[in-house]
Amino acid sequence: MNLLFYISSFVAVAATIMAISRFHPVHALLYLVVSFLAAAMIFLSLGTPFIAVLEVIVYAGAIIVLFIFVVMMLNLGKDTALQEKNWLRPKVWAGPSLLVLILLVEMIVLLLNAQNAIMHVAVVDPRKVSLSLFGEYIIALELVGFLLMAGIVGAAHIGKQKKKILHRFLKEETMARVEI
Amino acid sequence: MTVMQHIWIVIGVLFVLLNIAAGLIWVERRLLALWQNRLGPNRAGPLGLFIVLADTLKLFFKEDWIPPFADKKIFILAPAIVVGSVLLSFVIIPFAPGIVVADLNIGLLFFLAMSSLGVYSIVLGGWASNNKYALLGALRGASQMIAYEVFMGLSLMGVVMLTGSFNMGAIVEAQKDMWFIVTQPVGFFIFFIAGIAETHRLPFDIPEAESELIAGYHAEYSGMKFGMFFIGEYLGITLISAMMVAMFFGGWLGPSFLPPLAWFALKTFFFIGVFILLRASLPRPRYDQLIEYGWKILLPVVLANLMITGAIALWMRGG
Repeated sequence: MNLLFYISSFVAVAATIMAISRFHPVHALLYLVVSFLAAAMIFLSLGTPFIAVLEVIVYAGAIIVLFIFVVMMLNLGKDTALQEKNWLRPKVWAGPSLLVLILLVEMIVLLLNAQNAIMHVAVVDPRKVSLSLFGEYIIALELVGFLLMAGIVGAAHIGKQKKKILHRFLKEETMARVEI
Repeated sequence: MTVMQHIWIVIGVLFVLLNIAAGLIWVERRLLALWQNRLGPNRAGPLGLFIVLADTLKLFFKEDWIPPFADKKIFILAPAIVVGSVLLSFVIIPFAPGIVVADLNIGLLFFLAMSSLGVYSIVLGGWASNNKYALLGALRGASQMIAYEVFMGLSLMGVVMLTGSFNMGAIVEAQKDMWFIVTQPVGFFIFFIAGIAETHRLPFDIPEAESELIAGYHAEYSGMKFGMFFIGEYLGITLISAMMVAMFFGGWLGPSFLPPLAWFALKTFFFIGVFILLRASLPRPRYDQLIEYGWKILLPVVLANLMITGAIALWMRGG
């Protein structure tokens, strides 16, 4: 189990780096999918199969598909890749990465010195997850529901088309008036 | 179970499934011919059975052409995803007591996860072809499959509620006294409709609609890459039929004059026949009609089914 955890973590990190550094949006999104699948594997190796499968269903299977859907509709091609190339010059990312690297070294040192570095693997079945969701965290769940509802209402409002019912003669008349 | 037994089960399942997928070429064409009052392929071999061989050889020897304007890597990746995701779904199907590749306690969710990954083959295949018809097909496929995935998952939750488990074996065992088709007819019909949409079979083959979009998302594919989409579709039919049998029609359960495996195969082939009959008899709806039908009719019905099932289950338990 430990080995599985480390392999999938490595894949997750590598895929995420690739997702950030690709110029083409679709390629980047595909690496993001791999990253999500690796995250699901991490959950699985930590003994929570339910969360792992939900990760695949919701993130890899639905949200990223919608991302790709939008990218496809916008027909982002060579121009965006060029733009991305311009944004991803070393001048832009060198500074932040150096700082993050320092943090990473600090974290590794801390982890190596930690006393309770043993991984606890306890299998959590779907029943337990649901009981804690609808018992302990019911308020959080309701709040998330509110948020999603607000999102849906907002999307419906933005997507609403104003109905224009014009009689064809009336339309011609107004057009003519504008021309005059 | 020993390791060798596991390996034998995996090899056996793979062998049988791939042969079924190839054999369905013949089954579908003969059945379609039967229902359309003609003969169908009847020349090569007994009853025309060798058409399977001829078709496969033809696909292997065709030029495997990748258009120069396509995104090469993704173009090659897309047909592999469809077969891979469907074959992975078969991992959780209980063919008979003891004959299951992986008896996961989240079996049903694993099936839903794999079927949601199957969308990528259409989306990526259509996009990488860099062809407007393929792109239109991919857009239709993406929205259709994302929408119908929701109803598919929700329609199965009634069964999960009654069983109290996501494990496929437990779901089959729970149908010992009464098949779930009796208690969950609404769930079954919605799962059936969503299953057709998910495998994009006729009448819901809107992503490939040959009369409007040439061949939709796989318009640019040829040779065995096209063959992979083809096999993926037939495997998808087999998968949905097997799921319907396991979830609603008692899986391997049946009178004891036939072994459990035979019951499972018999019921599955019946539903494969129904899939082909639907193709022979129904016209294709318009794209917006399909989506509207899903969100405005199926979603409320499936949610009502879920709530009523939950209420009755609680009431029966003596709440």
